[in-house]
Amino acid sequence: MARRLPQGGRLIDRFRPLPFDWNGKRLEGVAGDTLASALLANDRVLMGRSFKYHRPRGAVGASSEEPNALVSVGAGARRTPNLRATTTQLKVGMQVESQNHWPSLEADVGELNALAAPFFPAGFYYKTFIHPRRAWKHLFEPVIRQAAGLGKAPTAADPDSYEHFHYETDVLVVGGGVSGLAAARAAAGAGARVLLVEQGAHWGGRAPADGIEIDGAPAPEWIEGQLAALAEAGAVLRLNTQAAGVYDHGYVLASERLEEAPEGGPALRERLWRIRAKRVVLASGAIERPVAFAGNDRPGVMLAGAVRDFLDLYGVAVGERVVLATNNDDAYRTALALHAAGLQVPAILDARETPMGPLVEAARAAGLDVRGGFGPIRAEGHARVTGLAVGRVDGNGVAVESIPCDAVAVSGGWSPAVHLWSHCGGKLTWDETNLQFRPDASRPPTGVDGQGFVSCAGTANGELHAVASLADAACAGAKAAAEAGATGEAPAAPAASAPEEGPIVPLWTSPAKMPPKLAAKAFLDFQNDVKVSDVQLASREGYVSVEHAKRYTTLGMATDQGKLSNIPGLAVLAESRGAPIPEVGTTTFRPPYTPLTFGAITGSAKDELFKATRRTPLDAWLERHGAQWEPVGDWRRPYAIRRQGESTEDAVHREILGVRNSVGILDASTLGKLLVKGPDAAEFLDRLYTNMMSTLKPGRCRYGLMCTEQGFLFDDGVAARLTEDSFLVHTTTGGADRVHAWMEEWLQTEWWDLKVYVANVTEQWAQIAVAGPNARKVLQALNDKAGGGMDVSKEALPFLAWAEGKLGGFDARVYRISFSGELSYEIAVPAAQGQALWNALLEAGAPFDVQPYGTEALHVLRAEKGFIMIGDETDGTVTPLDLNLGWAVSKKKPDFIGKRGMMRADLARSDRLRLVGLETEDPKAVLPDGAHAVEGTLPDGRERTIGHVTSTYWSPTLDRSIAMALVRNGPERMGEVLSFPLAKGEPIRAKVVSPVFFDPEGERNDV
Amino acid sequence: MSDPAVSWSRIRDRGMIGLRADLSVGVVCKALQKACGAPVPETRRLSIKADRTLAWMSPDELLLTLPHAAVPATLAALAEAMEGRHHLAVDLSDARALFRVEGPGAREVLAKGAPVDFSRAAFGPGDFRRSRLGQLAAAFGQVSEDPEAFEMVCFRSVSAHVERWLDVSSRAGSLPGVF
Repeated sequence: MARRLPQGGRLIDRFRPLPFDWNGKRLEGVAGDTLASALLANDRVLMGRSFKYHRPRGAVGASSEEPNALVSVGAGARRTPNLRATTTQLKVGMQVESQNHWPSLEADVGELNALAAPFFPAGFYYKTFIHPRRAWKHLFEPVIRQAAGLGKAPTAADPDSYEHFHYETDVLVVGGGVSGLAAARAAAGAGARVLLVEQGAHWGGRAPADGIEIDGAPAPEWIEGQLAALAEAGAVLRLNTQAAGVYDHGYVLASERLEEAPEGGPALRERLWRIRAKRVVLASGAIERPVAFAGNDRPGVMLAGAVRDFLDLYGVAVGERVVLATNNDDAYRTALALHAAGLQVPAILDARETPMGPLVEAARAAGLDVRGGFGPIRAEGHARVTGLAVGRVDGNGVAVESIPCDAVAVSGGWSPAVHLWSHCGGKLTWDETNLQFRPDASRPPTGVDGQGFVSCAGTANGELHAVASLADAACAGAKAAAEAGATGEAPAAPAASAPEEGPIVPLWTSPAKMPPKLAAKAFLDFQNDVKVSDVQLASREGYVSVEHAKRYTTLGMATDQGKLSNIPGLAVLAESRGAPIPEVGTTTFRPPYTPLTFGAITGSAKDELFKATRRTPLDAWLERHGAQWEPVGDWRRPYAIRRQGESTEDAVHREILGVRNSVGILDASTLGKLLVKGPDAAEFLDRLYTNMMSTLKPGRCRYGLMCTEQGFLFDDGVAARLTEDSFLVHTTTGGADRVHAWMEEWLQTEWWDLKVYVANVTEQWAQIAVAGPNARKVLQALNDKAGGGMDVSKEALPFLAWAEGKLGGFDARVYRISFSGELSYEIAVPAAQGQALWNALLEAGAPFDVQPYGTEALHVLRAEKGFIMIGDETDGTVTPLDLNLGWAVSKKKPDFIGKRGMMRADLARSDRLRLVGLETEDPKAVLPDGAHAVEGTLPDGRERTIGHVTSTYWSPTLDRSIAMALVRNGPERMGEVLSFPLAKGEPIRAKVVSPVFFDPEGERNDV
Repeated sequence: MSDPAVSWSRIRDRGMIGLRADLSVGVVCKALQKACGAPVPETRRLSIKADRTLAWMSPDELLLTLPHAAVPATLAALAEAMEGRHHLAVDLSDARALFRVEGPGAREVLAKGAPVDFSRAAFGPGDFRRSRLGQLAAAFGQVSEDPEAFEMVCFRSVSAHVERWLDVSSRAGSLPGVF
């Protein structure tokens, strides 16, 4: 059985028990445990079920490479699925659940899938669910959805908080093992600013467990010394921080796990470090490779290094009798450690015919049974390994003996963790001696200067032996510091002493030539249940490229991203193809190295910080007075301002009639306002607008259109000439930033000879429209009350004039512009004065029953007048001529943006969609927005569409429905009745009319 | 609850003037200095003189902050000093919101939102960046060394969001503690 030993456990405090829940049962771990070590200490070897066949699975590794031991932690809103038990620190009271099983972990009916395994070969997705077509929606998908998936999603929004943090450094060192410490020390010693991040909860990695000496001291002592020296040198050290991805320009993302939420209150759970490093040193170590043999996924079959970690770090024995299977010397350390802890090691199976060297000799001297040329053939047992059938690795798969055991420790060699190196384009080279892909230092990821900005250090660089590894790491640290500009002298590289190790031999599968029956039970990818037989089948079916084979078999596509399966998988593919491994190559490593939570990616941008809403100075008043908000660009604007007990529709109708019959006020502050100033300002605007602006006199306003180079209308508004050399350009609410950027682009990249400056002054002003037949009376009342001197009479301030001066008590700019067709003034005051002006207008307007109106009333009022709205009547394919705005397209100007575009054949053809008004035959019927008019049929029998509705409203002014539409040859169809089919019911019939429904002569305006 | 190492506040009694001119011309800089009351700062720097702060916004743009009441007179002085020279000077007092973030933890709070090196070695008194805070455009500079204090401007329409952002980002115990 697996259990906690009476002694040992470098990271635990065995006198601090931590109770926790495992599938509803109370268990006990100790402080310092991971979930995996705590479960093993309780003899819970079975930790989950596999994804496809629901096979029983236990932990294979002891760190971030773990594919099997995925658990859900927490409950309700705080449930986090798919956490690796091997990297999750145990906390008191933790609620932990295993995943992917029903009804329980121990008795899972999904395991029947395994019986059907022959029917789920590689690529079964592509082969099985094609026919019949209907079955996908009604049968396959629902069943697959029921069975598939890993952990369950949380049931409510995450109450905890997350944040981002930007940090710049000379040298970032990833990995806090002895290589990382040596690299960081060298870099910091040379004077570089250093950030060192370690994914786990302790420094020094595996060195203490390996029993090596550094600079004459035991590894733990040396590690303490380095940490002190690094702190002294001002290096920043971070545990529990996982570098997730390396990107261009030395940008690295790393996620720091913080404390779990205290009971009740929200906590800061994760911090995403957004790092800019001049140089990145990867000391990410190496990942041990499993060996594929039949039943190698049985709980209790683990990596040899992991077995040693559980023993050394947590004082946990994974079994009483542990068989070793290896092709290298390192695994002997595990055998020796188990033996020293008083556990049985009945055999060490070594794929090498005649293993030798100090570690092998030490095992022999300890009386362990070393069997050269032997390997595992088949693991026995079901929910737990009970024995190992062994035989010749070069044999035909016939076992010569079955060794009873309750754990198997395997090592197929080590692969440098090159993922982060590869994220940004670092290339790999195959090392035939050590059987590994290692970073090719001559082809690193390169930065803006063409130089490599990432280097690998120590074991991550393929230097597996401690002596070479530490020297390499110190050298990498010093070099990175120098490249980052540090000029100091790096301290001498540490000298390690560790036993020599003999060469490795290939051991991808055992036996090397696997009979089909064994291959079908020999797992390469534990999380996605990909077996040796699947890769072989893919190869037989012609999947030669490793990238294709990966997708066909799903090898390496699970949440562990193939950390264990990648190299063995491609070795099997190479073997099947009869090609050397480097020719097959690896798949592409992509970020993140380990999964990032959505919380970390989101940071603080959630809840009320999800997205900023722009608010006008009148926002609070409108909110208090019944505003029904709608988003317009990034702003919120009131759709309507409802009175007590009123429906939104009634409010809209009341507001419209209020403007038509008396007076209304509108918060128009969101309209874009761009100050354009300079001796060439008029020339500049002549080029931007389709119509002439240079002829405008100071004190006057003009409506203008802006087109793209293609000739399509993209913004409109009123420009006011402030002085000879300055204009105030009004844009649409959503278009202010776009038009500003458009102006800057032309000024900076094409017309840099023009002397023009532009400033976006949108938010400097609160702007209030006062519209309606009584508008002037309201302004006069304002003046009468507070003694303002501005003359707002028709003579002094006619339509399309503007004035600056005292209006009532306010320093204001007043523009005589109208989007409603009524007598209308837009009054601009500095934003801080906006609320006071609003209040004053309400007071002065009270005798006229003045009422605030919202954007829907604004829209209906303009539609009654046939005024277009950017985004309703335009969609990026509409020209001013399509909208009958030819009067605003200059024929005199030599050029303007869009002029040439409008001359092209398609924009000049006579049968374009053009703007008309529509009156439905039934005045009560309101056309749906976007409804299409049809006429005749296409050759294939479908109805031919000839246009569509762009704006459609109930007009309370006219007591009937009105609409505008873009219709082929529209203006030539006046009086025609068009048919608009609906999804349901009879088509609506509507007569083509002028789009100006109300006051066509513009008399109401011109008073 | 906010961290004791940091506090923030809105500054409401200061005005702002946006300036654009060719800063590569010596006489222009001289005229601006005279009218603004502070020298034209170098790239990504602030210049502070008495109650005037002049910030570098781009190669041809500056932002002057000054007592609110001094805005009209300064605009007039600018018009006079820059007479005949192409420039733009405009009152932006109401277009922007101004914040002060103070305390030894202030730089760490700002570094949660701005992709800027906020270490003391890289960002000291008089340094200024036009950058962003989370999702929003913002510009900030260090205006005082002891106590460490930064001033930041953002658009007025999103000031409520920025206030909330500052509250969230300066919560007790949330500072990384690296600067």
